[in-house]
Parts: sequence; structure tokens; C-alpha cells
Amino acid sequence: MIINHPLLGPRDSQEFVYLGDASLIGRPDWQASDAQQQFYEYLYLRDNPAGLHRELWFHEQGDRSWLVVTRNTLTHEITSVELARDVARALGRDI
Amino acid sequence: MRYSGFRLIKEVLTGHKGWTPAWRDAEPKPHYDIIVIGGGGHGLATAYYLAKVFGKSNVAVLEKGWIGGGNVGRNTTIIRSNYLLDGNEPFYEFSMKLWEGLEQDFNYNAMVSQRGVLNLCHTDGQRDAFTRRGNAMRLHGVDAELLDQEGVRKIAPFLNFDNARFPIKGGLLQPRGGTARHDAVAWGYARGADSRGVDIIQNCAVTGFRIQNGKCLGVETTRGFIGANRVGCAVAGWSGSVMAMAGMRLPIESHVLQAFVSEGLKPLLPGVITFGAGHFYVSQSDKGGLVFGGDIDGYNSYAQRGNLPVVEDVCEGGMALMPMIGRARLLRMWGGIMDMSMDGSPIIDRTDIDGLYFNGGWCYGGFKATPASGWCFAHLLANDAPHPVSTAYRLDRFRTGRMIDEKGAGAQPNLH
Ligand SMILES: Cc1cc2nc3c(=O)[nH]c(=O)nc-3n(C[C@H](O)[C@H](O)[C@H](O)COP(=O)(O)OP(=O)(O)OC[C@H]3O[C@@H](n4cnc5c(N)ncnc54)[C@H](O)[C@@H]3O)c2cc1C
Repeated sequence: MIINHPLLGPRDSQEFVYLGDASLIGRPDWQASDAQQQFYEYLYLRDNPAGLHRELWFHEQGDRSWLVVTRNTLTHEITSVELARDVARALGRDI
Repeated sequence: MRYSGFRLIKEVLTGHKGWTPAWRDAEPKPHYDIIVIGGGGHGLATAYYLAKVFGKSNVAVLEKGWIGGGNVGRNTTIIRSNYLLDGNEPFYEFSMKLWEGLEQDFNYNAMVSQRGVLNLCHTDGQRDAFTRRGNAMRLHGVDAELLDQEGVRKIAPFLNFDNARFPIKGGLLQPRGGTARHDAVAWGYARGADSRGVDIIQNCAVTGFRIQNGKCLGVETTRGFIGANRVGCAVAGWSGSVMAMAGMRLPIESHVLQAFVSEGLKPLLPGVITFGAGHFYVSQSDKGGLVFGGDIDGYNSYAQRGNLPVVEDVCEGGMALMPMIGRARLLRMWGGIMDMSMDGSPIIDRTDIDGLYFNGGWCYGGFKATPASGWCFAHLLANDAPHPVSTAYRLDRFRTGRMIDEKGAGAQPNLH
């Protein structure tokens, strides 16, 4: 698979390490009153769709950036690649 | 029809005209006592034991494709019970015992072959870990032998003992482990269930659940609604998406694992050999092909095929362990989808929805579990109570902190 890195262009997916569902960006607030339940869901439960999946890839053998890759889990086709930083900022995180 | 040597001779003499189909092509009835979703090894075994052991024959197995087209027909056929943890070992040993009597039990040749499973170790630390595992197995009454380098040499002199990075220091052998013919396991269970009245319905995909007031009344399928008192889901790699139709999120990700077969060679490998440090495992089929595999591809996938980097990685592992493998040609390769759970252990449990039960999270080790998984799931579906050897396989163990993490890899499905 070729991942089209937003800054570096097309790179072989072998240069990357996979972390899993992109929702892992949204780490819950540990001080919330229901933090225990939130962390259980965050750590262990997954949507696991057959189709489009947004997921985190780490460019370990490259610029060490985190990317959010949208990939079809049925065909392995990649339709969009964003910097995880931009995705996190759009969610209101200040990194 | 019972199969026997006598029957075979009779058919040979009469031109093989008397064989009948091994199971009926059943039409769905409007309602069943129990519906099992998924005609893989686990679903068919569940139906078989439901009928045979628990006296429930108003049962249907719904399969979206053809039975045995999923992981049960795609795996590398290794059976063993060399587990470490209390939650696992009695379950897998129960399975091993069922394997040992399986062919007589369902009157079908599943080619169960107890040729031994040898796990190689390459460091002192790994040997200590294997000693502990072997002791744990023996404490559970399971066979285990710790071999030194000489012991391994006697079994497999052709291995690369002096590999600079992973010199072979010894191994843990389970002599009762081995392999079984995977397709035949599905067919034998299907035939046994069918002959006891179970309807095996192929080309019938479940597309939704009918749930009212927290109770499951049946399933929507490509062949219409089918009602049931109890519904059990055993769809392996598809667990996440099928249970999502009931509104559930699971501690599971679907990943692809590839398997490989070489051209047929003369008898070479005595049993199953695993090279955990390089992640490569190999056995030889009765036709002579080397059957091997290694790591999963490492990212979520529902494609029943892998990608080339892992092919290269697995073949490198093979070359490091037994350099002569480089002379053999690769005949075939394919992928299967596995439901990788967050601690690497399976789930057999009821759900919060009344009448809906779940069996899954088998990762890439569920073939050996087929008989016990079927028996325990049948027990749960028939009695609404867990079988004693599967009580640890709870759905809520991640919330309550009772993980069964054989590998100690944490909540990282692609590391289990
Ligand atoms: C390459 C590979 C090698 C492996 N090697 C080993 C090994 O050596 N030893 C070992 O113990 N394990 C091994 N495994 C793991 C093992 O094969 C699986 O854990 C086990 O077979 C899964 O259970 P099953 O047989 O019931 O699954 P499957 O055979 O996959 O059955 C699930 C069935 O559900 C059906 N289904 C899905 N969705 C629906 C729907 N909506 N409606 C109706 N039906 C549906 C599917 O079509 C499928 O037939 C391996 C797996 C793979 C892929």
C-alpha cells in the first residue's frame, strides 16, 4: 500500500507503524465524573467497520509525523491522508 | 449414511453410485428454537453439540456464503493446548480431548494427526518462560516436554541451529499437539448436525436483528425474517460488523492473516515447528506441501487477502529457520479475516440483549478451539449458563479488569 503523505508525497506503508482507530486521538478527560466508563470505551471498544475506516499511522522511518489515513478495509484503497495534528486541532485540541 | 471401510469397499465395487450428499440443502423455516449465525467451524460445532449433547434439534445455522468458506477452511490447521493462563488452559485441553475422539464421534475422517507441536526457544529468558509454561501445563494434567538443543536436533536436525541472531537453544514440545484437516472438520460437523435435524442454510446472510424491548426475536436475512427464541453469533472475522447491527461495539478489531503452501515434497517435517522469535510456523500436509504462516498484516482489514510485505517477512522467517526451504516453490497463498480481541483471548457469553449470545474474538488461534468452542457455546445457548471451562470468557472482562492476556501485550490487538 502507498500512503500519500501530505508533506512528503507517496510513501510505502512499510515505513509506517499502525496504531488503530483514529478516534484514539480523542483521549477522554481523566477528571470527568464518568472517566472510568469513558476510558474503558476508549481503550477497548471499537467500531471496526467493514468499509471506510479512519486510522492512525506513524511515519516511524520518515518524518515521525502521525497521520490520519482514511482507508477502505474491504479493498485496502486509501482515499484521504491528513496530518493527525490538523485533525486534532480541528477537534479543538491545542496539541 | 454411515461411513466405514465396508461401505467404501462396497462403493468401489459398485462404481461409487451409492454415495448421497453429506447434508441437506435446507430451506429456512419461519421460526427456530435456536439460530446460530455463521457456518464456520464454531457455528457448525455449536449446532452439532446442541443436537447431540443438549437435545436441541429445532436449530438452524445461517451462512452467508458456503459452509467452510471462512477461516475454518483458511487456517494452517494446528491444534494444541499449550497455554499458560488458568482461564485458557482447561478450555484448550478440553478441546484437545474432543479432537482425540472427534472422528469416532462424528463418523468422519478429519485426519486428526497428533504429530507434536514444538515451540523453539532462542534465549535463556525464553527458555525460562517455556519452563514456566510447561510446568503450568503439567499442573493442569497436560503433556509437555522441555527439550535442550540435542533434543531438538534429534527431532529436526535440518534446522539452522547456529543462526547468529536466534541460535536454537531448545524447545517446548507438546507431543499430543498436531494438525487436523480443516475443511473436513466443517463438513463432519455439518453432516453430524444435519443428520440430527439441524437445518444448514447456505447463501443466507444475516442483515439485521429484530429486537423489541431489549429482547431479540430473530434475525433479518437475505432470505427474509427468521424468528428464534435464542440467537447465537459465531461469525469469526465478521463479529464487529454483525454485532454492530445489534447496536453493540466490541473489544475487537478485524485483521487479515495469510497462509502459504509450497509444492509437494517428500516427508520432511515430523510435526509442527514454531519459531516465535522470528514469527514463522510450519508443518507438512499429508500431500507433502509445507503449510506455513507468520504475522498478521497489522492493520484492520476485511479483505480476504493480504499484501506483499508480509509475504516477504514470512519467507524471511522461514529462510532463517530452515534455509533449505529456499529451494521449494510457493504454490498458493491466501488470507483470512480474524476477530482480534483486545487481550488476545476469546469471548463466549450472553449479551445485554435478552436472547442474543456471542461467540468470537478467536484471533488467529481459534481452529484448535473449534470442538470446545462449539460445545461451550451450545451449553450456553441450551442452558443459558456458561460451561465450567469457559467461565472466564466474559464480554465485560475489559471493564472489570479481568483480562486474559496470554502474551502480556496489553490492549493492542495487532500485537496478540
Ligand atoms: C491464515 C490463517 C491461519 C490460521 N491458523 C490457525 C492454526 O494453525 N490453528 C488455529 O487454532 N487457528 C488458526 N487460525 C484461526 C482460526 O482459523 C479461526 O480462529 C477460526 O477458524 C474461527 O472460527 P470459525 O471457524 O467459526 O470461523 P469462520 O470459518 O470464518 O466462520 C464464520 C462464518 O460466518 C459467516 N458469516 C459472516 N457474516 C455473516 C452474516 N452476516 N450472516 C451469515 N453468515 C455470516 C462467514 O461467511 C463464515 O463462514 C488461522 C486463521 C487464518 C486466517
